[in-house]
Amino acid sequence: MAYRANILINSDAPGAQAVYGAFLDELQELALRDEVQVLMTSGLGGQGVATQGVDAIVYPDSVRYVNLTPDDVARITKEHLLKGRPVLDLTQATPKVTPLPPPAPKEVRVVLRNVGKINPFDIEDYIAEDGYAALANVLTTMTPEQVLDVVKTSGLRGRGGAGFPTYLKWTFARNSPNHPKYIICNGDEGDPGAFMNRSVLEGDPHAVIEGMIIAAYVIGAEQGYFYVRAEYPIAIRTLRVAIEQAREYGFLGKNIFGSGFDFDLEIRMGAGAFVCGEETALMHSIEGQRGMPTTRPPFPAVSGLWHQPTNINNVETYANVPQILLKGGEWFASMGTEKSKGTKTFAIAGKVKRTGLIEVPLGITIREIVYDIGGGILNDKKFKAVQTGGPMGGCIPEQYLDMPVDYESLASVGSIMGSGGFVVMDEDTCMVDIARFFMEFVQDESCGKCTPCRVGTRRMLEILNDICAGRGQPGDIELLETLAKSIKGSSLCGLGQGAPNPVLSTIKYFRHEYEAHIYEKKCPAKVCRALIEYKVDPDLCIGCTRCARNCPVNAIAGAPKEKHVIDPTICIRCGICKQVCPVAAIDVY
Amino acid sequence: MPESSTLNEIIQKYGGDREALVEILRDVSQVAGYVTPENIATIAQRLGLPQSQVHSVASFYSLVNLKPRGKHVIRFCQDAPCHVAGGREIWKTLEQTLGIPFGATTPDGTWTLLTTSCIGACSVGPVMMVDDEIYGNLTPEKVQEIIAQYRAGGGA
Repeated sequence: MAYRANILINSDAPGAQAVYGAFLDELQELALRDEVQVLMTSGLGGQGVATQGVDAIVYPDSVRYVNLTPDDVARITKEHLLKGRPVLDLTQATPKVTPLPPPAPKEVRVVLRNVGKINPFDIEDYIAEDGYAALANVLTTMTPEQVLDVVKTSGLRGRGGAGFPTYLKWTFARNSPNHPKYIICNGDEGDPGAFMNRSVLEGDPHAVIEGMIIAAYVIGAEQGYFYVRAEYPIAIRTLRVAIEQAREYGFLGKNIFGSGFDFDLEIRMGAGAFVCGEETALMHSIEGQRGMPTTRPPFPAVSGLWHQPTNINNVETYANVPQILLKGGEWFASMGTEKSKGTKTFAIAGKVKRTGLIEVPLGITIREIVYDIGGGILNDKKFKAVQTGGPMGGCIPEQYLDMPVDYESLASVGSIMGSGGFVVMDEDTCMVDIARFFMEFVQDESCGKCTPCRVGTRRMLEILNDICAGRGQPGDIELLETLAKSIKGSSLCGLGQGAPNPVLSTIKYFRHEYEAHIYEKKCPAKVCRALIEYKVDPDLCIGCTRCARNCPVNAIAGAPKEKHVIDPTICIRCGICKQVCPVAAIDVY
Repeated sequence: MPESSTLNEIIQKYGGDREALVEILRDVSQVAGYVTPENIATIAQRLGLPQSQVHSVASFYSLVNLKPRGKHVIRFCQDAPCHVAGGREIWKTLEQTLGIPFGATTPDGTWTLLTTSCIGACSVGPVMMVDDEIYGNLTPEKVQEIIAQYRAGGGA
């Protein structure tokens, strides 16, 4: 008999059989088995990008679906085959991971070693790079205690920000008597300018999965969750395919490697709340509640997800684990400083010549990152500060350029490692404006549970807004410091405790800029509009009238061939006159 | 959302599981554009939760909309790397060009202007998304051009 539609599935891809089975089940369910034929075929070739995941083409419509998992099949069957509406979001080939540029001389790639090199949609690619070899070794030859020993020797610390020793976290969860236990991977990367975890999830998802399975074996967990922010759809899609393939190969599921150990993984998506990167808030979000932090203790290792013992680590922490088990704790500990071992990924952004993702051994200096790897400041301007650790971090000034980047050193100058944001600022950046900017961010993202964070950050923002608008008063700096102290001391989670850091560090190192705003009503970097003035240099002005003609508020007086003058009471500091002046006679004062 | 069957399908997809509340709300918001008070009542009833709890979760997450959105949604990156790269001018240009402040929708229902946290395109900042399209290396002139293109119906 003639079928009205045919589905061709490429049988070469791992996971194809499961997708095939899912199609048969769904068609059966909808009584379409007589109308639609499902065929396995070797290689679909041709049209579009071959993704090497499970692809399927539906004829006669010639719609190609890419990187399918069995979970996608119900939608395709119901929407496309029953109702005739192709499921467009499953048809687009996921963009290939852009290869990283070759490592700069001082870079060492451990976490990023496979990113851009292997095909993240093909588990075989990962296996060819010693993937899942550490897991096999752990499950067949090592006790959980032996794994803990290796991780302890490595000196690995949490890469999510706080830098808590990983082996200790695992030990606490392992020693908790209650069952079941859970493993969570924190992929709620939300720090401004930080996209290290996204690159790993999109480029080398199996390394993170393998690290999680090893951690689960150590603490005795059978169920794990990936919490990924919904703003990362490609990462989520890549992970879904990777998890499906890992199941197919028996790395997830029952009796992994014949060891009797069972473990499986689920993905949970965030819904756009920065505070959910905080571990207790994240767990509430997985439970389907408002993502608000709760008091610790009890720590998640004792009472976490659904009040059960839970181990939660960041993407980068897990991604380090397989390499440590393969190459040994000593190898990892040979990189870095005395207390901060291994490498760290950073996302360099801001005013440097080369921005982007890097991975460096801890202990490298800020100067090496900015000048040797980042290529120096854009337009060869002067370095002013670097902001590390995201909105809870601080601004580090020029005098610490030769300071090593490690957990302790960063903390000693009022910043944090954080997840790896590294925003470089030059002489044109106003530090008061930057502090105001970060305060706006945390004010917006404060969940509102702790009054000092909810109200205090708003009050700090108001003061900073005033200072930038030229309404600063004597005593404002001291008031900011007092508020900062109480917010730090009386907030439950890292967001509130860290929120004042950008303000405190800029006051500490750039107090003169605050004072210039408040007492002299001047913005030294010429950024804050209320405190700057556009003036025409009478010696340079040729009286061409171009500025006056382009001024949107008619603030410029002057006839042709006459020197022009800007009326500061009318001027809105839009800067158009400066842009259009042919002889650069207009400048900011 | 108009089709209550779609809402039912979404709830069913998650097995009527109250732990999936965040996912259900996000999906409804994505499919229908926003979550209505009637949706909240239905979800509460189906999951066996008080409406107040469903509403408290819905209002907590920024990807769950409780108000209708415009035809095009602009999400402007408000994070530090874009700010340092001149984001402030873009912010002002967007508000001036569309005539609405951030968080608002134009009276004709064409544009909604929102901020977003980092979308990871920092190397081409300042950045904004119009619907699903990312635009980088923005200047005030470029923003006006992009909006004009959409207004002329030529936008992606």
